[in-house]
Amino acid sequence: MSEVDVRGFRAESLDHRNQRNQRLFQLMFGLMTVVLIVPVVIIISLLVVRGGPALSWEFFTAYPAANMTAGGIFPALVGTLWLVAVALAVSLPLGVAAAIYLSEYAPDNLLTRLINLAIINLAGVPSIVHALFGLGAFVLFFEFGTSILAASLTLAIMTLPVVIVSTRETLQAVPQSFRVACWSLGATRWQTIRKVVLPNSLSGILTGIILEVSRTVGETAPIMFTGAVFFLPFLPQGVMDQTMAMSLHLYNVATQVTGVPESLPYGVALSLIGMVILLNSVSIAFRIHLRRIKKW
Amino acid sequence: MDSTTEYAIQTKDLNLWYGDFQALFDVDIEVKQGKITSLIGPSGCGKSTFLRSVNRITERLGYVRTEGKIEVMGHNVLDPEVELTQLRRAAGMVFQRPNPLPLSIRDNVLFAYRLKNGGKGSRADEDQVLEKALSEVLLWDQVKDRLGLRATRLSLEEQQKLCIARLLPVKPSVLLMDEPCSALDPEATRAVEELIWRLRGDYSILIVTHNMAQARRASDECIFMLMGKVVEHSKTVEMFVTPKHQETADYLEGRFG
Repeated sequence: MSEVDVRGFRAESLDHRNQRNQRLFQLMFGLMTVVLIVPVVIIISLLVVRGGPALSWEFFTAYPAANMTAGGIFPALVGTLWLVAVALAVSLPLGVAAAIYLSEYAPDNLLTRLINLAIINLAGVPSIVHALFGLGAFVLFFEFGTSILAASLTLAIMTLPVVIVSTRETLQAVPQSFRVACWSLGATRWQTIRKVVLPNSLSGILTGIILEVSRTVGETAPIMFTGAVFFLPFLPQGVMDQTMAMSLHLYNVATQVTGVPESLPYGVALSLIGMVILLNSVSIAFRIHLRRIKKW
Repeated sequence: MDSTTEYAIQTKDLNLWYGDFQALFDVDIEVKQGKITSLIGPSGCGKSTFLRSVNRITERLGYVRTEGKIEVMGHNVLDPEVELTQLRRAAGMVFQRPNPLPLSIRDNVLFAYRLKNGGKGSRADEDQVLEKALSEVLLWDQVKDRLGLRATRLSLEEQQKLCIARLLPVKPSVLLMDEPCSALDPEATRAVEELIWRLRGDYSILIVTHNMAQARRASDECIFMLMGKVVEHSKTVEMFVTPKHQETADYLEGRFG
């Protein structure tokens, strides 16, 4: 009689041990994941509880008043939109173009590897260094002065690696067989990119935009020296104007001004996060739509 | 140059290297016009490499070096003045795994046609080209009501037929097929083989295959390659009945490969 007949597939001690380990690790990974989301939940609920009462229609539409201790955030809100829009307008075409070159054209040689290394390093540069670079390059050397243009260019350079890397990855996720099929039908590289590679990469490029917007909205240091100011009683009229910004405004009401009611900084922080979520939800919605129609 | 040559493809002293590795050694191959020629041999013998060097799709790898002469319809395609996009439309390629583009059936079939004409043509003209190409591959009746469907959602057999159909509107003289049936089930294989046999005469066809039975029943001539060299080139019936070389006989009888 074989062993199976005798035991009838019953668990042995080794099986019991394997089962125990399996349950243990599943539990551990689950716990780690829960731990991860705890801070997010705490931050958001704290902001909602403490900052919620400060929010009102007036809060979003009024100028700060009484030396920043009252009133709203309207000019900061508008200023951040300016900064994000101009930064995106610069970094998106530049970043996508660079990613296309690196993914579709660049030969695998020393220069390409150096460029890749530079991009990774650029991503690792602290934002205060970007700020000083922006001050030296855009404000002083190019004589843009402290302006939306200088601040947005600084933000654009800071976020370029994000756009490049996420776009390059999404381009490389397009199956090689599509490219070969295209080339074998007599398409040039550019025709292949335009007709097949790019249309199938849009959702990944949108991911890059999401990451960039989140970062651009939140950064404070790079815009402090280059274009954002403490208070302005009017809205910027063009890219050469200075502006208020949400992130800097939060920093100011939280640390630089005395006599601020407690709910005000929380309200600003809540609005800042809300703004990121709102801006991103546009691209997320678009991305969901793209995923639905993309099938291969 | 004379384009009414007897041969659709003719190579002379063709040597090819991937970096330092030499994949083809002095390959002289002649593919007759209007016939089906199959390329057989064990994995890594260079048959796919040869096929891909004909439309120069090998060059995308960057580290490939080719020497010698490859003539397609009497024109040396290694000539620096050759426009690759023209060559690739004249020598259409079918791949092992059906690879329709992630576009509609209609856009797939008209893809090369539009590239050649520099844009979309009139609706009537395109409709006519579309129907002709799909009819030629016996696909028209099955797909005529869903031409807007994504080609990637067709069955594998239909996809492979579509991949053949999309070559036809630009009137290629040569069809290069790299194991066109190996991803298909037996029924689909039979259907695609029959289709290839139908195209014989109008096009000169070079097929790489691992399938001896397929080479035997669906080709006029047969080329046996081994280690980057051509061992034997003869009429299919002769090669399978009276192979001239011991290696050919061994391979055909399944003693290696």
